[in-house]
Amino acid sequence: MTVADFAFYIFAAVVVGSGLMVTISRNPVHAVLWLISAFVGATGLFVLLGAEFIAMLLLIVYVGAVAVLFLFVVMMLDVDFAALKGEMARAMPLALLIGVILLMQIGIAFSAWRVSGNMSLANPTPGDIDNARAIGLLVYDRYIYLFQASGLVLLVAMIGAILLTLRHRTGIRRQNVLHQMWRDPAETVEMKDVKPGQGL
Amino acid sequence: MDGFFSTGLGTAVILIAQCLAVVAFVMISLIFMVYGDRKIWAAVQVRRGPNVVGPWGILQTFADALKYVLKEIVVPAGVDRPVYFLAPLLSFILALLAFAVIPFDYGWVLADINVAILFVFAVSSLEVYGVIMGGWASNSKYAFLGGLRSAAQMISYEVSLGLIIIGLIISSGSMNMSDIVRAQDTGYGMLGWYWLPHFPMLVLFFVSSLAETNRPPFDLPEAESELVAGFMVEYSSTPYLLFMAGEYIAIFLMCALISLFFFGGWLSPIPGIADGWWWMVAKMWMWFFMFAMVKAIVPRYRYDQLMRIGWKVFLPLSLGWVVLVAFLAKFEVLGGFWARWAIGG
Repeated sequence: MTVADFAFYIFAAVVVGSGLMVTISRNPVHAVLWLISAFVGATGLFVLLGAEFIAMLLLIVYVGAVAVLFLFVVMMLDVDFAALKGEMARAMPLALLIGVILLMQIGIAFSAWRVSGNMSLANPTPGDIDNARAIGLLVYDRYIYLFQASGLVLLVAMIGAILLTLRHRTGIRRQNVLHQMWRDPAETVEMKDVKPGQGL
Repeated sequence: MDGFFSTGLGTAVILIAQCLAVVAFVMISLIFMVYGDRKIWAAVQVRRGPNVVGPWGILQTFADALKYVLKEIVVPAGVDRPVYFLAPLLSFILALLAFAVIPFDYGWVLADINVAILFVFAVSSLEVYGVIMGGWASNSKYAFLGGLRSAAQMISYEVSLGLIIIGLIISSGSMNMSDIVRAQDTGYGMLGWYWLPHFPMLVLFFVSSLAETNRPPFDLPEAESELVAGFMVEYSSTPYLLFMAGEYIAIFLMCALISLFFFGGWLSPIPGIADGWWWMVAKMWMWFFMFAMVKAIVPRYRYDQLMRIGWKVFLPLSLGWVVLVAFLAKFEVLGGFWARWAIGG
C-alpha cells in the first residue's frame, strides 16, 4: 500500500464517518460540525485525484463561507429537540419509503454495471498544464458565453434575494457616516472652566 | 548516510525535520513577538513595559508561558466539552498549518504547491471555526456574541483580501508564492517590487489583515469595554494560551504574506547585495512593528463602521483595482509594469 492509498483510505473513512455522524448526532450544531469535517475529507480526496484547485475552492467556498452560514443559523435558532424528534417520527414512513427506493436504485445500478476491460483512468491533470490554467482556459475561453450566462443567473438570484429581504423602514434614526466623519471638534465640544464645588 | 536519505524512511525523517524547523522558527518568533508587542506598546505610551524577568525583561514571555501552562484549567459548568477543547487546538494548529507554503528563501518551502495562495486562504477561512466553536461551546452570552462578531468580521475581510490577491496573481501570472517573488526580481531592487505598481492595494491589504487577525483597531471580538474578552472569556490556562498563540501566529503569517506579495520576500532591496532568508525575516519583523504601532496608536472602531468600511469601501475599491490591473496587464501599459511576464521578471 502506497502513501497515497493510505491517505485515500483515511480521507474516505473521514468522509463516511462524518457523514454518518451528521445524521446520528443529537445536537444540530454538532451535526453541522461533522458536516464540515466531511467537507474537509472530500477536499483531501480531490487533492489525491490531482484536482488541487477544485479542492482549495471547495475549502474556501463550502467550508469557509457556506458552512459558516449554516453554523450561524443553527446556533442562533432556539431548537426544541424533543419537538423535533416528534416531528421526525411522524415523517418516518415517508423517509423509510424514500430510503428503500434509493437503496434499490443503487442496488440495480451496481448489479447492472460491469467494468469494461479496456477501461483507462480519467486523468484530471492533462500533461504539462496546471490545474488553474486548465480550468481558466475552459471557463474563460471555450465556454465563455455559458459562463457569462450563469453569471447573469446568479446576478438575478442575488437581486431577487436583496429585493425580498430589503425593508426600508421610515421613522427610525439612522447613522449618517459621512456626517459623523465631517464633524468638527470646534463645533461640538465646548470647553468650560468649572469651579470646584459648583456644577455647570 | 547518503543512501539512507533517499529511502522512504529517510524522506520521512527529512520531512519531519523540515516541519520541526519551521515550527521552531515560528514558535521562537512568537515568543519575541509577544515581548516586542508589549515593549513597543509601552514605548509609545512612555512606559517601560516588561523589564524585570531577564535582561530588559526579555524572558518575560517565557515566565508568562510557564504560568499559563501550570495554572489550573477552569471549565465552566454547562460547556460542550469536546467542542470547548477542540476550539483552541483548531485555531492554534490551523495558524501553524499555513506556514507550510510560505517560502523563506529560494526553494526554502515545505510545500511548493501551485495553489499556495488558495491554500493560505482556505486555511485562514478555516480559522473562523476556532472562534465560532469557542464562542458557542462556552455557554456564555458574552462569548457567543464575541464569536459571532469575530466570525462576521473575518469573513467580510477575507473577501477583500482575496480580491487584492487576484490583482497580484494577474500581475505575476502564477499562484505559486515563489513565482510571485521571482516576478518581482526585475534587477531594480526594491523599485521592482509590487508595492510600487500595487500601492493602493498595499494599504488596503494591511488594513484588511488587521481586521482579519482581530488586531486593534478592529479587535471588536474582544472589545473589553463591551464583551469582556469576546469568545475567549471562558477560557483559562493552556486553552487560552493556545488561542493567544494562534492569534499571534496569524499576525506573523500576515506579515509574511505582505513581505512576499508586496516587498519581494527574500529579495534584497538594493541591487548587488545578496538575496537571502535574512531579508525575508527582516521584512516580516518590520511589518510586525507596523502591526504593533497600529495597536498603540489607533483607537478602536465601532462595529457598524468596521462592516461598512469592509463591504462598502474596500470591496468596491479592490474589485475596481482588479479590473484596472487586468486592463493594464493585458495591454502591457508602461512596458509591462503590471505584466511581469512581458519584461521577463
